[in-house]
Amino acid sequence: MMILQPLIDGLAIGSLYALIALSMVIIYKTSEVPNFAQGEMAMLSTFFAYYLMENAGFAFPYAFLGALVFAAVVGVVFEFVFLRREKEVGILGFILITLGFERILYGIAGWKWGSEQKLFPSSFAPLPVSGSTMIHLGGVSISQIKLIIVIVAVSLIGLIFLFFKYTRVGIAMKATQQNATAARINGIRTKRIMSLTWAMSAVVGAIAGMLLVPGTNTSLDANIMLAPLLKGFAAAVLGGMNTLVGSIGGGIILGVIEKFFGFYISSEFETVVAFLIIVIILWFRPGGLFGRHYVRKV
Amino acid sequence: MDIKRDYYEDIRLLGSGAKRFWFGVMMLALAVTPFLLPGHVLSDVNFIAINVIVAIGLNILVGFTGQVSLGHAGFFAIGAYATVLLMSAAQFVPFPLALLAAGLIAALFGFVLGLPSLKLEGPYLAIATLGFGMAITQIIGRFSVFGGRDGIQVPEVHYLDRLFVEYAGMTASAAKAADLYFIIIVFAVAMTIMARNIIKTRVGRAFIAIRDDDIAAQSMGVHVTLYKTLSFAVSAFFTGVAGGLYAIWLGYINPESFGFIMSVLFLAMVVVGGVGSIMGSVLGAIVISFLDLNLKQNTIVQIPVLGNVLVMFTDAVMDTNGIAYVSYIIFGLIMMLIVVFEPLGLFGFWIRIKKYWKTWPF
Repeated sequence: MMILQPLIDGLAIGSLYALIALSMVIIYKTSEVPNFAQGEMAMLSTFFAYYLMENAGFAFPYAFLGALVFAAVVGVVFEFVFLRREKEVGILGFILITLGFERILYGIAGWKWGSEQKLFPSSFAPLPVSGSTMIHLGGVSISQIKLIIVIVAVSLIGLIFLFFKYTRVGIAMKATQQNATAARINGIRTKRIMSLTWAMSAVVGAIAGMLLVPGTNTSLDANIMLAPLLKGFAAAVLGGMNTLVGSIGGGIILGVIEKFFGFYISSEFETVVAFLIIVIILWFRPGGLFGRHYVRKV
Repeated sequence: MDIKRDYYEDIRLLGSGAKRFWFGVMMLALAVTPFLLPGHVLSDVNFIAINVIVAIGLNILVGFTGQVSLGHAGFFAIGAYATVLLMSAAQFVPFPLALLAAGLIAALFGFVLGLPSLKLEGPYLAIATLGFGMAITQIIGRFSVFGGRDGIQVPEVHYLDRLFVEYAGMTASAAKAADLYFIIIVFAVAMTIMARNIIKTRVGRAFIAIRDDDIAAQSMGVHVTLYKTLSFAVSAFFTGVAGGLYAIWLGYINPESFGFIMSVLFLAMVVVGGVGSIMGSVLGAIVISFLDLNLKQNTIVQIPVLGNVLVMFTDAVMDTNGIAYVSYIIFGLIMMLIVVFEPLGLFGFWIRIKKYWKTWPF
């Protein structure tokens, strides 16, 4: 049973990494932008939910929905204002634009809410769950909140895959990802699809953010999303930046590796080891574990 | 005289009489600067000069070889810690030697980090370098040799400060800054010339060929493996030396000083200054480090007009304690707007101004 505990913990944190990774991959596949601002977009949306609950007095479900709308708006505006015209800036330019946006969002959050930590109200208030009550199942234990996180993350991932498979918009998004020119020739408004993709990615990221804060017992401040963003990005790269399945696999694998290492050896180096393993894996599979290596034509 | 008639004219350091003249003027200006500025301003100038070295080093990698790095704070940390350890553990090592040795150690790490870059590109390389930067600070924070999380005291370096106090009538702190200034500026000028020579000659042309198209470069006979790793090593050498100078400048280092955000700032210097231009790196480093030093709570409030507007807006909508965060917004805006509107950065502005005045009435 000793082996199951870190596995469960790894799955719990890994499903969050997977969500962040998924939100990045959705964008990267469509527009080749590695979105470093994803974390801060989620952070700001979480703050918005906090604001709706604490200052405007909304109940959690409404605040949650409000934050999702807010996230979508931020994503669409960012895409429209800064990325739509930029086709020639290259990967370095995209990294710089998203890093700049990350700084701006960080600045806004700090400006509005200061640097002291805020306590996020128990977000699952309607449900009788808490982070301290543990559920014991055959020798392993998991806190109720973590269980909820896994359930929400898994069902969200399932919904996204169904969305891509069965809805018109989802299929149009896939077509745009595969070949934007061909999609446009076939009558898909690729620019509009691009905006929708950003909105969707921002919403997925925001959900990850709102799950993360109660799930890891962190209080809310402007710095919460930096580490999860880097982990999520690393997970996406590990799985392959151009496969949706890969991002899920990468997230789970990253979480499990981290927790196993932390459980058996030392929790101090879990991040270092996770990155080291990623570099080693990338050495053998430069396109990520699940991705096809991208072959460039000369 | 812009036309280069032969190869040797192209690689010559100071081509024309005018260039020689302006170079001499600049050297003179740099030499008298410490006697004209008060001590605390001089200390800021020192910080800027350190960042100039980093920006040039990073530009060799990012601008000339076309590889992304989000882990240069790691090399900076390696340089800083190696200098301090060499100086305090092996006490007979003089400071300049320790600095060069630290640069070489950083270069070794750069070579190792360059190996994955042979296969990776784009976001994959970004993550690999980022992981490197994070790993370095975590490892340094773990071992007591490096002072752990508390950091270590940097030994003091004295060369000329007693002379400055005696003959130039400086205060002790101003003399210390001036002493440090001369060490840093010698390295900054020497390394700028070094970078310029690297870029102008065989190695630099190989870097540029790899940036433009590595497959084409390879088929032309450029040893891509060698030059990519070499580019990482050279870039790390610059950054490592700058890190050693930074340690001396700061007087006390701990792992938290070398975070991810520092790597972002370095990259911002390169891009704001101008990708693939040494003069741009100098400009970018000056602007970004100047902002970094000066955008604090009290200075933001003092900006004419904008400061008052910000204060009113903050009191009305935002949190009064949070006004220092406006500096992040300004940074972010500068980074984004430069990439969107002037991909060549400040160097692009300079080129346009130069062209405008050269052809002026027409």
